[in-house]
Amino acid sequence: MSTQTEAPILKVNRLKKYFDVNGGIFGRKIGEIKAVDDVSFSVNKGEILGIVGESGCGKSTTGKAILRLIEPTEGEILFEGEDISKVSDEKMRQLRRDMQIIFQDPYASLNPRHTVEKIISEPLLVHGMNDAKKRKERVKELLEIVGLRKDHASRYPHQFSGGQRQRIGIARALANHPKLIICDEPVSALDVSVQSQILNLMKDLREKFQLTYIFIAHDLSVVKHISDRIGVMYLGRLVELAPNDQLYENPKHPYTQALLSAVPTTDPDIKRDRIILEGDVPSPENPPTGCAFHTRCPMAMDICKEVRPSLQKVDEEHNVACHLYQDE
Amino acid sequence: MQTSRKIEVSNKNLQHDEDMSTISPFRDTMRRLRKNRLAITGFIIILVFILIAIFAPLLTSSGIDDQVLSNRLQPPSAEHWFGTDDLGRDIFTRIAYGARISLLVGFFAVTGALIFGTFLGIIAGYYGRWIDMLISRIFDILLAFPSILLAIAIVAILGQSLQNALIAIAIVNIPIFGRLVRSKVISLREEEFVLAAKAQGMKNGRIIFHHVLPNSTAPIIVQATLGFGTAILEAAALGFLGLGATSPTPEWGKMLSDARDFIQLAPWTLIFPGISIMLVVLGFNLMGDGLRDALDPKMKN
Repeated sequence: MSTQTEAPILKVNRLKKYFDVNGGIFGRKIGEIKAVDDVSFSVNKGEILGIVGESGCGKSTTGKAILRLIEPTEGEILFEGEDISKVSDEKMRQLRRDMQIIFQDPYASLNPRHTVEKIISEPLLVHGMNDAKKRKERVKELLEIVGLRKDHASRYPHQFSGGQRQRIGIARALANHPKLIICDEPVSALDVSVQSQILNLMKDLREKFQLTYIFIAHDLSVVKHISDRIGVMYLGRLVELAPNDQLYENPKHPYTQALLSAVPTTDPDIKRDRIILEGDVPSPENPPTGCAFHTRCPMAMDICKEVRPSLQKVDEEHNVACHLYQDE
Repeated sequence: MQTSRKIEVSNKNLQHDEDMSTISPFRDTMRRLRKNRLAITGFIIILVFILIAIFAPLLTSSGIDDQVLSNRLQPPSAEHWFGTDDLGRDIFTRIAYGARISLLVGFFAVTGALIFGTFLGIIAGYYGRWIDMLISRIFDILLAFPSILLAIAIVAILGQSLQNALIAIAIVNIPIFGRLVRSKVISLREEEFVLAAKAQGMKNGRIIFHHVLPNSTAPIIVQATLGFGTAILEAAALGFLGLGATSPTPEWGKMLSDARDFIQLAPWTLIFPGISIMLVVLGFNLMGDGLRDALDPKMKN
């Protein structure tokens, strides 16, 4: 499964996104929500990086901030060595040719007033394919690539099922031969039977077109199925980043351990030690000091309350942000 | 090898779905509109008035200002269907020609308000921040005045004429369209398909005209239809107050005000223009309500 080369296609450095909270009579800023708080990782060409975490942990915001669909507050985003976090809007617009996104909700992400043909051909048009005939050809080609029929082109989104719509969304993302696709929970709105079809399609497409994916999901089994490496997020921070098998076999961070222990197994006879976490996720408006997880961590130490652990290498490719493993 | 086979398999699964023809959202709406009796009633009323306006010269024998003083204040008869007024003019003739004026006033006032209101609403809703603040406050100021008072003020500034009354009505209606479009655009801006359009690398202009505007037509169409009725009513009100059309013009509001003195002596001089105004406004309101039901996305599936 390793089609990886050395140079990372995307490198995210200390990415932050704080949303202002306004309130009071004059709508002044009274606080901020730290949706993404100092996240760094890199994605190699041709790999699938999974990002998991519970809802509200900032994984979608991370994905959208990388594409600057949400303007990041701070940090660097290096796409093929170029920092795109500060380039002009027009430059960014042109760069979008190479970086695409597949959205979570296939019902909301397609314009209900456009035919499938228009939906898929519009990105071609805005990136300079002016010949209508060529566009039509390409639309047909794309529809077949994602497993739809040519004559589906003249229909409207509401005439399709969820899985078919997601295929249209994938065709639209593929239109301009992108290098990187951010998949923002692409299967979580679909039936389980359809999920696997879409996942396999995405896997096939990756091999066929040498794509790189950042695959955001909350479903651990989905991420395990598709990813090469997995990052685990908690409260806007990346707590663990490791290759797929290492993360599932040997999770290091207490949060990852608790998360994985919650995955149901198919064999009822297997006795498992579930780690039950106490309490709720703290508010991202006022995250705990030190390690964000210390309020619920079964192994919390004194240092966890004061010092925020950084993501450090503990093994070959296994990175974890936890004081249990830090050697200073 | 394996790859292509998998794609083939998933292809096959999809071939099974039944062949459905393309149903465009427009045809869908028209079908629902046809089922709505009230909307059809409204449509027929409007159609009748449009036909009367177009074929006014064929339907009537006298002119709008043919004064026959010996025939003053005649009650309705075979010769004068709606009777005659205090100057002996045939009221049916004047109402038929007046339909032209009312419909044109409604059309131009609504079109003007729609174009400017939609434009300002889109700018305010899409770009937000200080420009939204500015445009919204202007709308608030315009809406703070009672609409007829504002129209009177504008006509007073511009001078009395039908054309100025029309401009005044258009200005009064701008904030109504503007606020409607603004709120629709704000909700659409958060839609995922608009975000998707941005992610595809589209420019703002394209996103506005191809994604935001086509999806906000429903409330605009409904408001335009309802606004048509209001505009006609406002034009009549201005005419009644002597701020709209000038003397021989057979404007319905003006006819009402001219007939005030004869309300007991010759009620038909008042009743027929009044009924005409009422019917046209009713027609547009019925059609507007019908369109709202037909276009309402909540009723879809």
